Amino acid sequence: MLKFLFTVIRRDVLLAARRRGDWLTAQFFFVMVVSMFPLGVGPEPGMLRTIGPGVVWVAALLASLLSLGRLFADDYRDGTLEQMLLSPYPNTLLALGKAIAHWIINGIPLLVIAPVLGIQFNLPAEALWILVLSLAIGTPILSLLGSIGAALTLGLRGGGALVTLLILPLYVPALIFGAGAVEGVLSGTGSEAHLSLLGAFLMMSLLLAPWVSAMALKVSVE
Amino acid sequence: MNLYHYASPSTFYPLAGKLVPWFAALAFILTTAGLYISFFMAPTDFQQGEGYRIIFIHVPAAWMSMFIYVVMAFWSAIGLAWNTRLSFVMARALAPTGAMFTFVALWTGAFWGKPMWGAWWVWDARLTSELILLFLYVGVMALQAAIDDPRRSDRAGALLNLVGVINVPIIYFSVKWWNTLHQGSSLSLTRAPSMAQTMLWGMLILALAAWMYTIAVALARARTLILERERRTEWARAQLEGQA
Amino acid sequence: MLSVHELACERGERLLFKNLGFELGNGEALLVRGGNGRGKTSLLRILCGLSVPATGVVRWRGESISKAHEQYGREMAYIGHANGIKDDLTPMENLRIAAALGGRVLDDATATAALCQVGLSRCVDLPARVLSFGQRRRVALAGLMTAGALLWILDEPLTGLDVDGVAMVEWMIHDHVLAGGLAIMTTHQMLMLDGLTPKTLSVGD
Repeated sequence: MLKFLFTVIRRDVLLAARRRGDWLTAQFFFVMVVSMFPLGVGPEPGMLRTIGPGVVWVAALLASLLSLGRLFADDYRDGTLEQMLLSPYPNTLLALGKAIAHWIINGIPLLVIAPVLGIQFNLPAEALWILVLSLAIGTPILSLLGSIGAALTLGLRGGGALVTLLILPLYVPALIFGAGAVEGVLSGTGSEAHLSLLGAFLMMSLLLAPWVSAMALKVSVE
Repeated sequence: MNLYHYASPSTFYPLAGKLVPWFAALAFILTTAGLYISFFMAPTDFQQGEGYRIIFIHVPAAWMSMFIYVVMAFWSAIGLAWNTRLSFVMARALAPTGAMFTFVALWTGAFWGKPMWGAWWVWDARLTSELILLFLYVGVMALQAAIDDPRRSDRAGALLNLVGVINVPIIYFSVKWWNTLHQGSSLSLTRAPSMAQTMLWGMLILALAAWMYTIAVALARARTLILERERRTEWARAQLEGQA
Repeated sequence: MLSVHELACERGERLLFKNLGFELGNGEALLVRGGNGRGKTSLLRILCGLSVPATGVVRWRGESISKAHEQYGREMAYIGHANGIKDDLTPMENLRIAAALGGRVLDDATATAALCQVGLSRCVDLPARVLSFGQRRRVALAGLMTAGALLWILDEPLTGLDVDGVAMVEWMIHDHVLAGGLAIMTTHQMLMLDGLTPKTLSVGD
């Protein structure tokens, strides 16, 4: 069972490594979206500090959506998804593996880039640390919930835009608790409550999302 | 009584046809009565003036918007568990009405907000949740519309609906949490201070009217959906020819 | 081994077939016939468990395949229209990953032998992207050989193959069935299974 999970993850990471261009696109998208905001609202440090956490988090949501379109689509097109669904292991495990792989490929780089972007927004060191921590708890949620959307829109015309429509409303709690944690540090009200709520949301997503997304895959492949 | 008998599209279709006019008539009578009570009989609120009367529309619409989403999820769950086509049809038939009520709730909320808060839109916890609920409705309908195969479309929509319904309380909680941290709006849309007896009656009757309207419209829409899907079967052909 | 009862399949609003049933035992092959759009592929997808039939049930060793997901997954191999191989990986990597996903251990020697057998000895280390369509089909066939499955479900296995390739598939199926395996396939071409007459099943008449 665990071996199957690792195989799914290793396979996706290997494939991403072979297609580094696609991978870099999503990371640069994140950097660019965040960098557009100071140009739009002006370089006033106090203002940037206020909007910083929210901007970085919203950009993280968008970046994860950008890469979600391909989570199952490539495998669906070349028939490997069918083969994986027919493997002797539960499909829930497959969905979980794909979501974890998505997080490793697209979520972890965000954690590394985010502090640099936080500095652009004049965030103090303590807030930067909480920003990374909130993203570390929050980005797996994005991958897990996103995998449901990716599975539901498999093979549809305009699937990419549709995923955005389906999944963004579901991301709302992650955004609120995630960005809220960083704001909590800035305003001095603390971030523990936000982070624990974010953690609870992660646990729930971890329990339910792979199961739903496996069902969605079955529905879509049929 | 055999429930399966009524769950078959060919028996449901004429039954729904008989029920629609009754519910439509009830909806009409109740709406007229409710509007009369709320706009002519209910006293003017001494704090909010005449403007408060918008809550007679707003509150039933907001109730229905949430309630319909849950009812849809109920039919979706039944459809996924027992593979009953009629439940998927019901879930699909309810979606546009739910979205409509959500939109009405937002619209009237804005109308109420202008005189009370001095702004068309305030990021109040309830209004924000309602907005996200509208997004959830749009998501389900967009997904259903994007898939051509009715079977896949039904199931995909149902799954998304169920994920949404699990998420609604979490979203509501998170939005409320977010709202209390950022600001405390003193005047709430639904907490009309010391509601008079007639006000309560007006609101309840209008809420009942919204129910009847929803049932009538959903049944009518379900009938169309059934006819469209079953158009190749004998009974549906007979129906279509009878009408032509 | 495989028994199918009262299968019906709907696509869109169209009924493709109904009341379809058959039994298939060890050492038997089944050729599914029918024109374009009659539901051959839909039938095969139901048989392998990717689709759910409108009515009816598929049983493997007496148990419904939706219940026996694990066992059926080990004993059944399917080749569909898509080859199920990744363009960014080499044929060798493709075989190895497919085996790992199926819970099997595949050593290099066996994999190389299978790739040589399907005539890809010179392409073992090239990414599948540069292979021709027929060569990619051969990778899928090599995967079938190394899968060690008892039941083969093959949807148009001959598409894109040259004369040698067709002969190779015929020989593969022949050996598999003679060794006691089961095979279900569709094809629009002639299939010469030297001394072996497959059962036939017509779909959607």
